[in-house]
Amino acid sequence: MVKLILIMILSFSFLQATKIRTVYEKNCIKCHKKLPVSIDKYFYRYLLKYSSETNVKKSMFEYLKKPNKKMTIMPEAFIKRFGIKKKTKLSDEKLNQALDIYWEKYKVFGKLK
Amino acid sequence: MLVLKSLDIDLTKSETRTLLGFSLLYSFLVLVIISGISFIYYKFQKDLMLQEKRHLLQEYSNDLIFQLKDLHINFDKYKFYPRDEKFNSAIFDSDKKLIFSTLKSKDVKFDKVAYISKNMIHFIEEPESYYLGAKYVIMEVPDDNLWFNLVKNDIITYSLIAFIFMLILGYFISKLFLKPMRDALHLLDRFIKDTTHELNTPISAIITNIEMIDKDDLDEKVLRKINRIDIGAKTISNIYEDLTFLTLNNKIISQNEELDLSNILEQRVEYFSSLATIKKINFVLNIKKDVYLNIDIKKISKLIDNLISNAIKYNKIAGTITVGLEDNILIIEDTGKGMNKENLSNLFERYSRFDKSVGGFGIGLNIVSLIAKEYNLNINVVSKINEGTKIEVKW
Repeated sequence: MVKLILIMILSFSFLQATKIRTVYEKNCIKCHKKLPVSIDKYFYRYLLKYSSETNVKKSMFEYLKKPNKKMTIMPEAFIKRFGIKKKTKLSDEKLNQALDIYWEKYKVFGKLK
Repeated sequence: MLVLKSLDIDLTKSETRTLLGFSLLYSFLVLVIISGISFIYYKFQKDLMLQEKRHLLQEYSNDLIFQLKDLHINFDKYKFYPRDEKFNSAIFDSDKKLIFSTLKSKDVKFDKVAYISKNMIHFIEEPESYYLGAKYVIMEVPDDNLWFNLVKNDIITYSLIAFIFMLILGYFISKLFLKPMRDALHLLDRFIKDTTHELNTPISAIITNIEMIDKDDLDEKVLRKINRIDIGAKTISNIYEDLTFLTLNNKIISQNEELDLSNILEQRVEYFSSLATIKKINFVLNIKKDVYLNIDIKKISKLIDNLISNAIKYNKIAGTITVGLEDNILIIEDTGKGMNKENLSNLFERYSRFDKSVGGFGIGLNIVSLIAKEYNLNINVVSKINEGTKIEVKW
C-alpha cells in the first residue's frame, strides 16, 4: 500500500515536471532555435538592463504579453531584420512557469567561481 | 580684604559645597563640549580620509566593472569572478541580493557611498549597466588605521590643552561669581570688627567700675541692681571677647605656657556664678587639684567660658552644671534641653544655633572647635533630649 502511494506521488511529480519543461520548450525554444541569436543572449540583455530576478521576470512578462518597439531590449537593427514577436497565447500562469524555467537555466547566482 | 584674611573666613561648608557643585558641573559641561568637538573633528577627519581613499577605490572599481563586462559577454564560455590582491569586492543585484562576494566584512551599508566596517574601508559604485545583474559593486580595502592614530593623538593633545585652559577660565569665573559674596562677608566682618572695637572701652569702664564699688556699703536693693548690671556687662564682655577672638585672636601666635588648669577652671566658674544665679543654677565642682596643661591662657579661658556660658544658656531654671576635671579630661555637663542627632552634627559650625529662643550668634562652639583643633583636643558631645548635654574635652 505504502509502495503504491509512493509510486503514485513520484509519477505525479514526474508528469508535472514534464509538463513544465514542456511549457518552456514548446513555447519558447521552439521558435527561438530558428533564430540566429541564441535564447541566452536575450536573457543577458535583460539582466544588463533590469538586474534583479523580480525586475527581469516582470519586464519579460510585460513584453511577452504586449510586445512593442518601445519595450524591446534588442538593438534596432535586430528589430528591423526580425521584427517584433507576436503576442504570447500562454496564460499568465503558464507564462510565469516558462519564465521561471528560463531564469533558473541562465541565472548568474551560484554559477560564479 | 585684610580683615577677611585675618578672620580666616574661608568658605564655609555650604559655600564649599556650592563651589564644588559648580566645579563639577562646569567640568562636566567642559567635557561634554570637548567631547562634542572631538567627535565632530573625528567625523570630519574620517570623511576626509574616505574622500581620499574614494579616488583610489573608484579606479579599482572601474577596472572591476570592465572585467565584469567582459565576463558578462562571455558568461557562456567562462565563469570566473575577477579577483585582485589589492582589493576585495562583491556584486549585488537591484534587490540587494548577493550575486558574488570576496569581501571580508559581510556588513554592507547600501545607504552609504564610502564607509568603514570591521577595519575595512568600503566603497559602493553603481555601474551604468548591470553586468551580470550587478547594480551595486562593493569595493573593499583594509584600513591601515594611520589616520585614526593621528586623529586620536590630535584629539588627546588638544582636548587636554582645552580642558586645562577651560579650568583656568573656570577658576577666574568662579572667583568672579564669589566676589559679591566675599564682599558681603567682608562688609559684615568689618562691621563686626568696628563695632567690637567701639564696645571695648565702655564695657571695660562698666566692669572696672562695678568691681571698684564697695558692695558692703550698699543696701540689698541697690546691690541686686548692681549685680544685674554686672551680669549684663559680663554677657556683653563675653560676646565681645568671642567676636575679637574671631577677628583677631585666632591669628595671633599662641603664647603657650604650663598652666594650672584647676585654678583657671575655678576662676571661670566664679566669673559665671553671678550669671548662673539668675537662672538659679547650681554648680557641682569635681575639680582635681594641680592639673596642668601647656596652652595659651586666653584660649583655654575662652574655651571654658564658652562651654560654661552654653551650659548656663541652655540649662533649665534651677538646673545643675557639673564641672569635672581629671588629669586629661575636662567635663562640663548641664541638665538642659538636650539636642537631637541632627543638631549635634552641625554643632560646631559657625552661626549655627539650634535653639533660636536663646540669644547668641552661634559662634561660641565654633571658637571652641577652633581652639580644640589648634591644640589637638578631642571633643566628645553626648546629649539626650530633656535630660541634658555632656561635653568632654580630652587631651
